[in-house]
Amino acid sequence: MNTPRSLASQIVLLLIIITICVFPFYWMVTTSLKTQIVALESPPVWIFEATLNNYREALFEDGVLRTLINSLVIAVSTTLLALLLGVPAAFALARFEFRGKKDLWFWFITNRMVSPIVLALPFFLIARNLGILDKHFTLVLIYLTFNLPIVIWIVTDQFRGIPYDLDEAARLEGASQFTIMRKICLPLAMPGVAVSAIFSFIFSWNEMMFGLILTRSEAKTAPAMAVSFMEGYNLPYGKIMATSTLIVIPVLIFALIASKQLVRGLTMGAVK
Amino acid sequence: MRGQVSKRTIFAFIGPAVLGLALVGIAPLLYAAWTSLHFFNLTKLKNVEFIGLANYWTVLTDEVFWQAMGRTFFLLGTALPLQLVFGLGVALVLHKPGLTLLKTLARLSLVLPMATTYAVVGLLGQVMFNQKFGVINQLLGGADINWIGDPTNAFAMIIFWDVWQWTPFVALVLLAGLTMVPGEVEEAARLETKSWWTVLRYVQLPFLLPGLVAVLILRTADTLKLFDMVFTLTRGGPGAATEFISLMIQRVGFRGFDQGLASAQAIILLIITIILAQIYIRVFYKEV
Repeated sequence: MNTPRSLASQIVLLLIIITICVFPFYWMVTTSLKTQIVALESPPVWIFEATLNNYREALFEDGVLRTLINSLVIAVSTTLLALLLGVPAAFALARFEFRGKKDLWFWFITNRMVSPIVLALPFFLIARNLGILDKHFTLVLIYLTFNLPIVIWIVTDQFRGIPYDLDEAARLEGASQFTIMRKICLPLAMPGVAVSAIFSFIFSWNEMMFGLILTRSEAKTAPAMAVSFMEGYNLPYGKIMATSTLIVIPVLIFALIASKQLVRGLTMGAVK
Repeated sequence: MRGQVSKRTIFAFIGPAVLGLALVGIAPLLYAAWTSLHFFNLTKLKNVEFIGLANYWTVLTDEVFWQAMGRTFFLLGTALPLQLVFGLGVALVLHKPGLTLLKTLARLSLVLPMATTYAVVGLLGQVMFNQKFGVINQLLGGADINWIGDPTNAFAMIIFWDVWQWTPFVALVLLAGLTMVPGEVEEAARLETKSWWTVLRYVQLPFLLPGLVAVLILRTADTLKLFDMVFTLTRGGPGAATEFISLMIQRVGFRGFDQGLASAQAIILLIITIILAQIYIRVFYKEV
């Protein structure tokens, strides 16, 4: 079935796919290692003397380190909060029968469809009135609008796959629903919980618009910081690419770990 | 009876999530609805005044608003077909037997664009598409194209990045569909005909439909949301050439300070989103 010619063309096509996907990252990393003079060379140069200066300056002089820590704190907190609220809800959706269950599930999931700008306007005004602009927990709360649906979808799906017999055996022993969830179902659902946590982390870490609108300095996130380099005329491209690299690397590692589930997470199970 | 538990137990499990999402997902919407009925300017907060549906009337008769809306759907209408064609091509290449190692590598590299921070994609665009030192012009044989400063080119640049970032997603969704086709059915069909198109159309397509519907729904929603990448790449410019709907609402609300008008725009965007989602679900899920 595979003639040598079709095999060769297949290899070429695969190499093209890989190159197109990877090349922008290669360019980002190499640009981040260039001095400003080399970065602005026209036409661009491919071989040059690498320097880590951009990273040093961005991290320690411009405060990117602090914004990365902010992003980390916010992404981890909002993920934990989404798990805390979402796992019991997922358990109820998977295990209990009650009226309006379908509608409720649908409502949770459709929150992903709403444009963030629709929420950003009123949330900004509310946060301003309450005096909670530029606070970490304000972002943690608003990020729930996209984290909670992800956690609920993936974990509900995972809980449904666990046999009921286990619950019933435990109930005969007199275990409460809470104990059944915590001691029996949760350990078995751990893979799904971990994947939903990774997704929640990635989406929070990548988010920029809320970060831009709801923070000023104290709680500024790394993507919002990267944008602020873009003001003025003589743009520090090497530094911008260094910051971009620092933002992207952790996400890519997580995404590669969860790559098998990536499509399901992004489509929210529309494709099985 | 299986699954029958007391109302109190149900509420204890599900209440916190409902409350949490209502607090951050519904309360702001109600507040936006209230704001949209007022003259509400951030620089004149002493003069907040109820003006009924006047903001809505302004938005509905505002040419600029509908241009931004049209631009948004034009982007969807150009980028999505490209993503579908390229995505299907990539999926078919990956679906062919053999070359396991290289294919695993390709599949992993497909993950990279999707996971990349949108804001970073825009910043990368600034560097790669720069007229003078950008690598894109160099790769085009030393072309001297002003990508960022020219309206048409800037739009093309946005399409490029949207296609770069989301073709892998389409490819992986369709690949998942292709692997659902029973092996013996596909083999039998291939013995019958040499045409890959016939196999695709009559054997594989039914298995691809659910994925295609999902792609259509999600890409539409994501395009209506599109903000970060465009903001870091062009800020909506030059002029208004790449001002998509989210960017326009942001500009009116936070740079023009007219929160009342921006809220009316946001509510109308929300209504359009909901109507589209309903149409998609009714039209497509019946057939699938």
